[in-house]
Amino acid sequence: MIHLKTLVKRFPGAPRAAIDHLDLEVNAGEVCVLIGPSGCGKTTTMRMVNRLIEPTSGTIEVNGRDVTHIDPVELRRGIGYVIQQVGLFPHMTIAGNIATVPRLLGWDDARTAQRIDELLRLVGMEPDAFRDRYPRELSGGQRQRIGVARALAADPPVLLMDEPFGAIDPINRTRVQDEFLKIQRQLRKTVVFVTHDIDEAIKMGDRIALLRDGHLVQHATPAQMLAQPANRFVEDFVGADRALKRLSLIACISLANPGTAVGAPEVAADTSARDGLAVMLGSGARALNLAGGGGVVRLEDFFGRRGEGG
Amino acid sequence: MLVSAWRYIVEHPDRFGAALWRHVSLSAAALLIAAMVAIPLGIWLAHRRRYALVAINAANVGRTLPSLAVLALMMPLLGTGFVPALFALTLLGLPPILINTYAAVRQVDADVIDAARGMGMQQREITRRIVVPLAVPVIAAGVRIAAIQVISGAVLAAYIGGGGLGDFITAGIAMMQVSLLLVGAIPATLLAIGTDFVFGRLQRVLTPRGLG
Repeated sequence: MIHLKTLVKRFPGAPRAAIDHLDLEVNAGEVCVLIGPSGCGKTTTMRMVNRLIEPTSGTIEVNGRDVTHIDPVELRRGIGYVIQQVGLFPHMTIAGNIATVPRLLGWDDARTAQRIDELLRLVGMEPDAFRDRYPRELSGGQRQRIGVARALAADPPVLLMDEPFGAIDPINRTRVQDEFLKIQRQLRKTVVFVTHDIDEAIKMGDRIALLRDGHLVQHATPAQMLAQPANRFVEDFVGADRALKRLSLIACISLANPGTAVGAPEVAADTSARDGLAVMLGSGARALNLAGGGGVVRLEDFFGRRGEGG
Repeated sequence: MLVSAWRYIVEHPDRFGAALWRHVSLSAAALLIAAMVAIPLGIWLAHRRRYALVAINAANVGRTLPSLAVLALMMPLLGTGFVPALFALTLLGLPPILINTYAAVRQVDADVIDAARGMGMQQREITRRIVVPLAVPVIAAGVRIAAIQVISGAVLAAYIGGGGLGDFITAGIAMMQVSLLLVGAIPATLLAIGTDFVFGRLQRVLTPRGLG
């Protein structure tokens, strides 16, 4: 769906290329997380996809078309865009904000109004309560949801998200991340997602592209990256606790065996193995029962998974 | 003294009315021209750092020039009468509007503009639908300052034959007649206060609901 081919970006006066011969392919319906230390070129890469930054050389194909041959304004209207500070228009109502791209595309009022309500419901906000409010009357999490709704307004196949949940407190961030994943499972957009937070990358990404100094270091699924880091840099970047992080990618149910353990704590079957382990450590138990007769997970079961992709 | 000033107005309604009208029309015309020049120029400059530095510094210097000096400078260039007065008052009104417009546009959140561009708005759509509405409160404040300066400066227009309420003041001074002086001074003061009030209201009305 998105294909970067030997992409180079050299900013005038910079000692080295910001992006140096980058090849990356993002499949349709997949969330590709771009991650890396500051200055690695992740945001630059993303901004070249909708031509907010022009590449020095190389090509970018979106849906089989070279973006450099598309009028940038038209291109951008077909690509959803969410940024960290949300960038809602403070002088426009929530409805007005969401209607931005539909209006640019010349939709009629009835269709736009219907779409606004549809999107507000999609992001879990009651249309009658929020349609006519202004951005400053909303909480950070709510603003972020509107940012996503606005980006989805014209139903673009591709979404670019630049640290979209970076500015929210941890509790709300988790909630908004979960909501976005739910929406994404439904809509199957092709998403380029920039973050500097490895936990967010593991959670949100179907695949993660780790960049360093404008080079692609590793492009793999979260499980692969945690299990087989390409080199020392990846290993350091994902963290010494990568074995624990892998557990967050699997549910307790996938470790379970039939039966029950007497006196062991009970958790929901879809609890992540990492949280399950935390419950065991916290309670001193060596087993967990899964709710609804889902079976039992014993401490040994965590070791049985070693080496598998998860 | 106040009574005799009032009597003068009542007894010479034509003369007073004409002076008041001249004062208001001269000020309004100068303000309008200043706004029409300074607002687009300020918006344009906000995107061009290099010229902006020069222009804003020039405007700041312009703001420190005494009103009377500006008017006096017009005389050798344009002579006396309505046009040189209008020209001088326009110059007087330019700096505050230019400086405020420039600052107003510069303070618009860069993320908001980035979001607008990223969603496919063209530069002129960004200017018209995002930047200008968000800059309006500060631009209006600049126009308000300019309006007061122009209205007050217009009193001095009498010195270069521009007419207006200043005529009564200069005549009053020349004839040592305080009541005649007040015929010009009091309405001119009230005009300035009233203008400030009206523009203050206007500023509030023009501020988009989602702001402040």
